Amino acid sequence: MSTPLVMFLGFIAVTLGITYWASKRSAGSSAYFAAGRQIKGWQNGIAVAGDYMSAASFLGIAGIIAFQGYDGFLFSVGWLVAYLTVLLVVAEPLRNAGKYTMADVLAYRLRPRPVRAMASLSTLVVSTFYMIAQMVGAGALVALLLKSSGITFQTAVIGVGILMIVYVVFGGMLATTWVQIIKAILLMGGTFLLSILVLAHFGFHIGQFFNAIGAVTYHDAKGAVVVKDFLTPGLRYKPPYGPLDLISLGMALIFGTAGLPHILVRFYTVPDAKTARISVVWAMVLIGSFYIMTTFLGFGAATIVGPDFIKTHGGTNMSAPLLAQALAGDVFFAFISAIAFATILAVVAGLTISASTSFAHDFWTNVIHRGVERKPGEEVLVARIAAFVVGAVAISVAILLGPTANVAFLVALAFAVAASANLPVIVLSIFWKRFNTVGAVSGLSVGLLASIGLIMISPSLMAIDPPTVVGTARHLFQRPAIFPLENPGILSIPLGFIGAIVGTFLSSEPSAESKFNELLVRSNTGLGSEKAVAH
Amino acid sequence: MNAMPQPIQRNETSGTDWDRIAESSEFKDLMSTKKMFIVPAFIFFVVYYFALPALVGYAPGLMSTKVIGNVNLAYLFALSQFFVAWLIAYLYVKAAGGFDKLAKDIIEKAGKGGK
Repeated sequence: MSTPLVMFLGFIAVTLGITYWASKRSAGSSAYFAAGRQIKGWQNGIAVAGDYMSAASFLGIAGIIAFQGYDGFLFSVGWLVAYLTVLLVVAEPLRNAGKYTMADVLAYRLRPRPVRAMASLSTLVVSTFYMIAQMVGAGALVALLLKSSGITFQTAVIGVGILMIVYVVFGGMLATTWVQIIKAILLMGGTFLLSILVLAHFGFHIGQFFNAIGAVTYHDAKGAVVVKDFLTPGLRYKPPYGPLDLISLGMALIFGTAGLPHILVRFYTVPDAKTARISVVWAMVLIGSFYIMTTFLGFGAATIVGPDFIKTHGGTNMSAPLLAQALAGDVFFAFISAIAFATILAVVAGLTISASTSFAHDFWTNVIHRGVERKPGEEVLVARIAAFVVGAVAISVAILLGPTANVAFLVALAFAVAASANLPVIVLSIFWKRFNTVGAVSGLSVGLLASIGLIMISPSLMAIDPPTVVGTARHLFQRPAIFPLENPGILSIPLGFIGAIVGTFLSSEPSAESKFNELLVRSNTGLGSEKAVAH
Repeated sequence: MNAMPQPIQRNETSGTDWDRIAESSEFKDLMSTKKMFIVPAFIFFVVYYFALPALVGYAPGLMSTKVIGNVNLAYLFALSQFFVAWLIAYLYVKAAGGFDKLAKDIIEKAGKGGK
């Protein structure tokens, strides 16, 4: 058995043990969906970090920096700063006024059935799209890391999919939380070790490290030797549209993170709003430290391993594992690979539980059955079935698309929908008295459609590929893009807000206005908020 | 309120006069105290953050200016974002301690006279 496989199996064994332990403590809706609201602030903070830092950020960012230098580091900045929106605007009101999903807050003063149906749709779109991107990436990566053990793309996707289904179906939010906590600790530890090793490589002279970044040597497409200063901006985002795309990306991150359903549900797992606040701060410390360390991961891979070598040994996503191998050999390579695997699992489990919670709580109980659970345990049962279905769909779609599919845009799409559909209606329902049901439904619809529509006509899906690109790796539409930016946020976020505001003024809903004070008092004081379940 | 089999239900707030609380001077005080911190903090971080992609995108020459050794302005500005975000979070937590006190008074008062 290869070393990576042993480490993967070790992680699987530990997390299955946790799932077994959690399954004994997941009876009842509050226990299953919100871990009984008994997660401590620091624990939830670590879990938020584990829920958030995906393989796209661990392997993806290291790769982008290793190939495109400084511009990749800009992703790192946005991914942390986004948490200020979560901290200042969303986390506490949501915890005070909600129960299990983001739609709870909207349903307070608006007509529950239409807003929950739309919010649930938006949640499912964000979560499943994001999940498919993660699954395709996971399959390709695990297959690459475990090549020596004979694991194929299909086996890897099915394995990751089954594990996430098991965590969520049997262990609920409690198991998901602990998988995320363990993953976050492993990820932080591995990244810290890797950073120290990079510094050690340069004799702990940080100046020498930055001098090396100033002269990264590689071969360009024509085979000519190129020496570039990787700290110079503009290697990825080039004129004429690059700068605008960069701003648009920033908008999607800054306003989208606070609308990501799998992040928002984490704030229901703590006893009160104050603990939710503390957990955001813990998350910010971890997430910020991690993204600062991407300096060492990314530029370390560029200077020590080099783009030429990475290109011929698995491509950009292998930058961090290859760096580990170059610095400390095969066992460390296996360790970093296992961390990448844990990273993927923790994120897809978080996505699965947020999607299934929204389906069961918003759509099944509140839209179809008008807020009444017909028999005890029905909501949890429906959520378990939904988790299984969501997982099965994600596995099938990922296998159909295959390892080389062009899916990176799905992550951009998830953030765009979260920023353009979810965030506007959450903010307006908490802060704007006049806001009403028509406004919420039209805001969610316009934000969702604008994000999807603009991505469809963007360079992510519209481009002319050379004949060497085949199958699902090809762009969907073989023609020049109509919308020049990869990130639609700069247009779709204002459209989402306009949709919500125009819809509001087209109708009048006295009951929504008269219940504004209740939501305002609840969300700002925590009066009458959901309490932790006493064991 | 739905019929879920939970050990503890939502707090009993059916008799609470939300409008009276919302109109009370204590609550208005809480809201204005919160706004006084949150609005400027939000505007500041949004402006500070978007200055980064704007300057990097539209003034790459300026941002490539070397400051210490090979470390340029672009990298230092990006790095500063982390510390500014942490600082704002720290200041917010300090300020929020005050919000909690005001909110506690409102909840206690509602508990006495609200039902």
